[in-house]
Amino acid sequence: MDNIAGTKSSLTWAVNLSVIFLVLLWLVPTIGLLVSSFRDRDQISASGWWLSPFPVEQNFRVRAPLDDLAQDGPLYVLEGNVFGEGSGSVSAFGGTSRAPDANEPGETAELTRDRTLTVAADGAFRYTSPAEIKREPSIYFASETPPDFSMGNYETIMASDNMDLAFINTLTVTIPATIIPILIAAFAAYALAWMDFAGRGLLIAIVVGLLVVPLQLALVPLLQLHNKVGIGQSFLGIWLAHTGFGLPLAIYLLRNYMVGLPRDIIESAKVDGATDFQVFTKIVLPLSFPALASFAIFQFLWTWNDLLVAKVFLPSNSESWVMTVKIADDLLGSRGGDWGILAAAAFISIAVPLVVFFTMQRYLVRGLLAGSVK
Amino acid sequence: MSPLLQGVLTIIIGVGGCVGYFYLSNLILDKVIFPPRADNPGRNINRANLVRPWLFLFPAMFALGLYLVYPVVGSFWRSLFNRSGDEFIGFGNYTTMFGDAGFQTALFNNFLWVLFVPAAATFLGLLVAQLTDRLSWGNIAKSLIFMPMAISFVGASLIWKFVYANNADIGLINAIRDMFGASEPLDVLQLRFWNNFFLMVILIWIQTGFAMVILSAALRGIPEETIEAAIIDGANPFQIFFKIKVPQIMGTIVVVWTTITILVLKVFDIVYTMTGGNFGTEILPSYMMSYMFRDDGRATAVAFVIMIIVLPVMIWNIRQARAEMR
Repeated sequence: MDNIAGTKSSLTWAVNLSVIFLVLLWLVPTIGLLVSSFRDRDQISASGWWLSPFPVEQNFRVRAPLDDLAQDGPLYVLEGNVFGEGSGSVSAFGGTSRAPDANEPGETAELTRDRTLTVAADGAFRYTSPAEIKREPSIYFASETPPDFSMGNYETIMASDNMDLAFINTLTVTIPATIIPILIAAFAAYALAWMDFAGRGLLIAIVVGLLVVPLQLALVPLLQLHNKVGIGQSFLGIWLAHTGFGLPLAIYLLRNYMVGLPRDIIESAKVDGATDFQVFTKIVLPLSFPALASFAIFQFLWTWNDLLVAKVFLPSNSESWVMTVKIADDLLGSRGGDWGILAAAAFISIAVPLVVFFTMQRYLVRGLLAGSVK
Repeated sequence: MSPLLQGVLTIIIGVGGCVGYFYLSNLILDKVIFPPRADNPGRNINRANLVRPWLFLFPAMFALGLYLVYPVVGSFWRSLFNRSGDEFIGFGNYTTMFGDAGFQTALFNNFLWVLFVPAAATFLGLLVAQLTDRLSWGNIAKSLIFMPMAISFVGASLIWKFVYANNADIGLINAIRDMFGASEPLDVLQLRFWNNFFLMVILIWIQTGFAMVILSAALRGIPEETIEAAIIDGANPFQIFFKIKVPQIMGTIVVVWTTITILVLKVFDIVYTMTGGNFGTEILPSYMMSYMFRDDGRATAVAFVIMIIVLPVMIWNIRQARAEMR
C-alpha cells in the first residue's frame, strides 16, 4: 500500500533499523547461553561471552619444583619456566595469593624473609632465598590464553550428572502424552462438529471454559486420586494427567478445523451409505492432518517444557527426573556457580524443541491462529 | 521394565485401545443393539444415530470430567479441611491465608504481573507485527522473535540468568553498568520491588512472539480499501496505524491480551527457578507450590483463589464462543 501515496524512504530506514534492533534484543540472551555452553569454566569467569572470540587473561598458579634447587653464592636459587614444556606470554605475576598480579614481567618482586622472585615475559623465572628452600614455592601469574571452545561441558554433564537419563525421561513422558490425546480428541471433535444431538452447544461451551482452568487446581485432588487407585507418582500417572490437561485444546482446535471442511464431501459420502465411523476414519481424519499436526506440536512443546506437572505427578527420586526438574531442583543448587555446565544443560533441554519449532513452524502458526483468533 | 519400554507399550495400548473401543462400540451398536433389519429397520437406524455421538464423545468426556471438572470441586472441598485433611475448618484456610503477609505480597505481585506482562507483550507484539508487515525479510525477523515460544520457562530462566548475573564478566546488565563506570556489580534480582519487573521481562520475552503471530495475521486480514481510502484522504502512517488499523483488530487484541493474562496466572516456573520466591518476588502459583506436599489445605485454597481470578475471563470466553456459533 505504501506505493500509492509515495514511500517515505527515511521511514523505511527507520523501520529496518528498529526491526534489526528488536531482533538482536531478542536473540542476544540465547546466543549468550549457546556461546557460554562451549566455553571453558575458567574462561567464563575471566571474561564475558561477548569477548569470547578474543584471548582471555587468566590467572594461574604453578609450584616451582625443588629438584632444580641450586646454590649461587649465599643464595639458594630455583630457576625454570612457569609454562613448563609449553610456551606463552606472562602479562603480570606475583609471589603471594594476596597479590597474584602485582608485578610487571621482568620486575623483581621482594617477598617476605628477603626472598625475591623474577618472572620474565617468556615465563622464565628465578626464585631466590637466603635460607634453604624446604617447600615448593608458589608462583602466581596472569597470561593471555587463546579462546578455548570445546564440548567439555556437554561431556561433563552427560557423563557425571545423569543428564542423559533426564533426557530419556523427558522423551518417555513426552511421546505417549502427545500421541494418546490426539485420537480421543479427534473422535470427540468429529462428534461436536458433524453430528447432531441435543446438548452439543453446551458441550462446546464447556470445552471452551475448561481451556482456561488453572492446572494448579488439579494437582492435589488428582494426586490423591492416583494414590488411591494405586497409580501413585509414576510415568503412567503423568501420561494420564497430560492427556487430560491437553484434551480441551485438542478438542477445540480439531473441532474448529473440522467444522470448516466442505460439507458436500461428507454429505455425499453419507448418501453413498458410509457410516459415521467410516466418514470419520476415511475422510475427516486424513483431511484434518494439518490440525492434528498443529496440536501434536503444541502438546509436544508443552509436555517437553513442563515443570509443574512433572514435579507433582512423577516420583521425586533422581531416577525419574525429567530435564526441567533436573535443572531447576538439582543443577541450579549443586552446580550453581558453574555457568558452563548450566548453559550446556539448558541447551540440551531446549535443543529438541528448537528443532521442532524451526522445522514445523508452519503448523505451529496455523494452530495458534485456529486456537485464538475467532 | 525400563520407563522407555513402558512408554512404547503405553502408546500401543492407548492407541490400540482407542481404536478398538471406537470400532467395537460402533460395531456392537449397529449389529447387535439396533440392527437395521428385524421389524423396523428405519427406526433402528435412527436410534443408533441418537446414541452414536455419545460413543464418540465418551472417552473425551470421561477424561475431561475426571481431570478437569472433578478437580475444581475436589480442590474446593479439600480447601475446607485442615492441613492433614481430617478436620473440617470451613473457610479457615482462607482467613489465615489472607492474614498471611506472604500471601499478600504474592497477591500484590501477581496483580503487577497481570497488569504489566499482557500489556507489554501485546504492545511489543503489535509493534513487531506492524514493523515487519511490509519488510522483505520480515518472515525471518518474525521467526526469530517467535523462537522463545519453543523454550521452556526453566530454560528461559537460565538464559536470563546469564543476563542478570551478579558479575560484570557474566551478566550483560552488570557488564553494561561496568562500562559506564559502576564500581560494584549489582544483583538485580535482589532489588526489592523492581526485581519483579526483571522476572516479568522473561515472560514478556517468551510471549511477544505469540502476540506477534496472531496480531500479524489480524493486520493482514484488514480490508485494503479502508487503508487505501485513508491514504487518499492524506492520513500519515501513524494515523493509519492508530486510527484505521488498531480499531479494526481490537477484537483480536483483546483475545491476545486475555490469553496471556490466563498464562500469567499459571506460570510458577520463572519465579521458582530465578529467586525461589525470595526477595519479595513470590506470586500466587509459586506461593501455592511452596505449600504443595506440605499443607494441601492451604495449597488448594491458593489454587481456588487463582480459579476465582480466572473466572471472569472464562465466562467471557464462553460467551464469545456461543455468540460465534450462532
